[in-house]
Amino acid sequence: MNTEIDSILKKYKPGRRDELIPLMQEIQDVNGHLSEEAIVKIGNYIGLSTTKIYGLATFYDQFRFIPAGKIRVTVCNGTSCFLNGSKAVINAIRELTGLQPGQTARDGIFSYEIVTCMGGCNNGPVISINDEYYPYVKPEQIPELLNKLKFIIEND
Amino acid sequence: MLFTIQVNNKKIKAEKGETILSALNRNGIKIPTLCRMKDFSPTGACRMCVVEVEGRDRLVTACSQPVEEWMKIKTHSPRVITARKTIVELLLSNHPDDCLYCDKKLNCELQRLAEELNIRERRIKARKIKPRLDQSSPAIVRELSKCILCGRCVRVCEEVVTANSLDFIRKGSLTHVGPAMDRDFNFSSCIHCGQCVMMCPTGALHEKHNIAEVQDFLNNTEIVKVIQYSPLVASGIAEELGIRFNRDFDRILNSMLRRIGFDKVFLTGTGTDICIYELAEQLGRNIEKGDVKPLYISACPAWVKFAEQFIPGILTNLSTIKSPQQITGVLIKTLIADQAGIKPEKIFSVSATPCMAMKFEARRDGMMRKGISDVDSVMTVRELARLIRLYGIDVSNIEPEPADEPMAGRSSAASLAEVSGGMAEAVIRTTHFLKYGIEPDKQLMKRLRTGGSFREITVMFEGKEVSVAVIDSLTGLAKLKALVDAGKHYDLIEVMTCPGGCINGAGLPFSFSGSDRKNRVKMIYQADEVDAVNLPCKSPLLNNLYNKFINENKEIADKKIFHTHFEKRNVLL
Repeated sequence: MNTEIDSILKKYKPGRRDELIPLMQEIQDVNGHLSEEAIVKIGNYIGLSTTKIYGLATFYDQFRFIPAGKIRVTVCNGTSCFLNGSKAVINAIRELTGLQPGQTARDGIFSYEIVTCMGGCNNGPVISINDEYYPYVKPEQIPELLNKLKFIIEND
Repeated sequence: MLFTIQVNNKKIKAEKGETILSALNRNGIKIPTLCRMKDFSPTGACRMCVVEVEGRDRLVTACSQPVEEWMKIKTHSPRVITARKTIVELLLSNHPDDCLYCDKKLNCELQRLAEELNIRERRIKARKIKPRLDQSSPAIVRELSKCILCGRCVRVCEEVVTANSLDFIRKGSLTHVGPAMDRDFNFSSCIHCGQCVMMCPTGALHEKHNIAEVQDFLNNTEIVKVIQYSPLVASGIAEELGIRFNRDFDRILNSMLRRIGFDKVFLTGTGTDICIYELAEQLGRNIEKGDVKPLYISACPAWVKFAEQFIPGILTNLSTIKSPQQITGVLIKTLIADQAGIKPEKIFSVSATPCMAMKFEARRDGMMRKGISDVDSVMTVRELARLIRLYGIDVSNIEPEPADEPMAGRSSAASLAEVSGGMAEAVIRTTHFLKYGIEPDKQLMKRLRTGGSFREITVMFEGKEVSVAVIDSLTGLAKLKALVDAGKHYDLIEVMTCPGGCINGAGLPFSFSGSDRKNRVKMIYQADEVDAVNLPCKSPLLNNLYNKFINENKEIADKKIFHTHFEKRNVLL
C-alpha cells in the first residue's frame, strides 16, 4: 500500500496544490478509500496541512475515509430521484442493514452512501451497486437484490 | 485620490481603492459586521454588512466591495434592514438558545446583533444543531452546537497562528469546524494559543474553566492555597471590573486575592526575572564558548508545542529553562513549602495568567517533581475576574497590600517580557550588564520593539557580533527560516505566538480594546525608563532569593528544577 501511494504521488508535482483533487481521486481509485496515512503523505508532498486536505475531501461525497464494503451501494438523492421516491429506497437499505450512510458493515461486506446526482435523472430513483447502475428502483426490490449479491460474493 | 460619494442622501469623502465599509466607518456611519476581522482580507461570507447601491439589483457587501465614484448608497433602508434581520434570524434558527448558561453571555456578538436589529421573537424555526462538546483539550472547549460557521477561527489559525488546525468539515447542513480527521482537539495540531477563542463571536470556542476546582480547594481548610499572577493580570482585572488601572493596582489585587481566601500571593514576575537571568547566563556562556548554536527562548508554551510538532529539528536548541509560571510554581512547591514547613502536597498552587496555552503547559510532561505538579491550576484573567465577582469583593473599599516574600517583586524587565521582543531585550541587556556592568545602547534595543513580525539587531560583545531575532507571531518564522537557510546565524531567538506578545494573549478580557493594549504597552515601556530595578540582576530581591534561599537549599541549589525537556510530537499536521 505504501509504495502504491508513493508511486502515484510521483506523477504529480511536489508543492503544487492545483492538482489535489485528481491526486486524491487517483489514490482512492487504487486504494478504495483515502486512509489517514494517504492524507498525511499527500499533505507532506504538496505542502498542505492534513486539516485542510481533510476539510476539502469531506466537501465532496465521492471521497471516503474508511474502506468500502465488497457490495458498495450508492443511492442517488438528487432532486429528480428524491421526487421519485429515493427516500423510501434509502430507508429500506437503512432498515435492512442497520447502517448510516457512509458506514461500512463490520464484516466488510456491505457499505452504502448517498450522492447528490448520478446523471440518470429521468430514470430515478437510481442506485449503483459496484459501479453498475440500476434504474427505477423500488424499495421492495432492495432485500432481494442485496441477498442475491451477498450470495454471489459469499460463494465466490 | 479623494472623491465624493452619496450615502443616505449626504455627501461623504471616499478614497480610491478602499472598501465601502472603510469609507463609511471613517465618516462615522456604523453598519453591523460579523465575519469581518480587522487586518484580514474580506470574505463577504456572512452578508451582515450589506448595503443598497443605487443601480444595482442586488445588495452588496460593504466589507468587500470597493467604493466607486458614481455610488449612491443607502445603509439603513427598509430593504437592507430586513435583509440583515433575516440573516440573524436564520443564524438563530438552529442556535441552542442557552444564553443564560453560555460562556460568552455578556460578550456575545450574535446576541448583540440580535439586540441591535431588534429581534424579539423566533420567526424561523429549524432543527437544532446536534450538540457535540469537545473537552479533550486542557485549554480550549469546542461547543459545535453554538457555531455559526463564520470561519474566523479557521482564518486566524491559518493566517496568524499558521498551525492550520481548524477547517470546515463536510458541507451543507452537516458543516462544522474541526481539526484533521474530525478528531478532538487533544489529538490535533492545535497549539492551545487560544487566538480562535478571541475571534469566536459566540460561545462555540471558549477556555476550559478551572473555577469550580479552585473554589473546592479554597473551601478546604487543610490545604494551603497559593496564587501567583503575571504582570498583565492586574490591568486585565481592572478592565474586566471596570476600574481605571494604575501602577498601584497590583497591590490592590494582592489584598483582593487574600480576601478571596488565598493564603499566599506571589508574583510570576519574580519567576520571569529568574528565567531572564538564567537565559542571560546561558547566552553569556554560549558567547564565551563561541557556540554557533542559536538559543531559542522557550517561554511561550504555544510556540514550544508548535516547535515540537512542526520543526522538531530545532528542539535541541530550544532553551530547557522552564517558563516563568513554571519556575514560580516549582519554587512554591519546594522553597516556600520548606520555609513554611508544609508538605508540598498540602499546597494548592494556582496561577493567573493572560495566556491560554499555560493551561496546557501546566499539564506537560516534565512539569512535575516526585509526582507533584509545579502548578495545580491555571486560570485566565477572565476566570479570575469571575472568581473576584463571585466572592463579592468591593474594589473601591480595599487597602493595598504587598505580595508575599520572597517572591514579592519584579524588575521592569519582567513586565517587558509580556510584550513581544521584551524577553529577548531583557536577556541581551542582562547578558551585557553581567559582562560589562553597563547596558547596551538603548536606541538599538528599541529596534526590537516595533517593526513587523520579524525583527533583528546585532549587539557587539568583545568584537564578536551577537545577533538577536524576534519573531512576533508565528508568521515571522518563514522569514527566519529563509534567512537561516541563506546562512545567517542568530545567537538568541525569541518567538511569541500571539501577535504583539502576551499583551494579546487569549486569557485577557474580550473588552480589552486595541487602545487599552497600546496604553498598557506604553506604561510598560515608561516604567522601564524610570524604574531603578530595570534588570533582574539589579534586583536586591532576586539576589536575596538566589543567595539566601536557592543556593542555600541543597535540594534545589543545582537549579535542575528550573529545567524541563521537549520531545517531538506525533500529531496529524
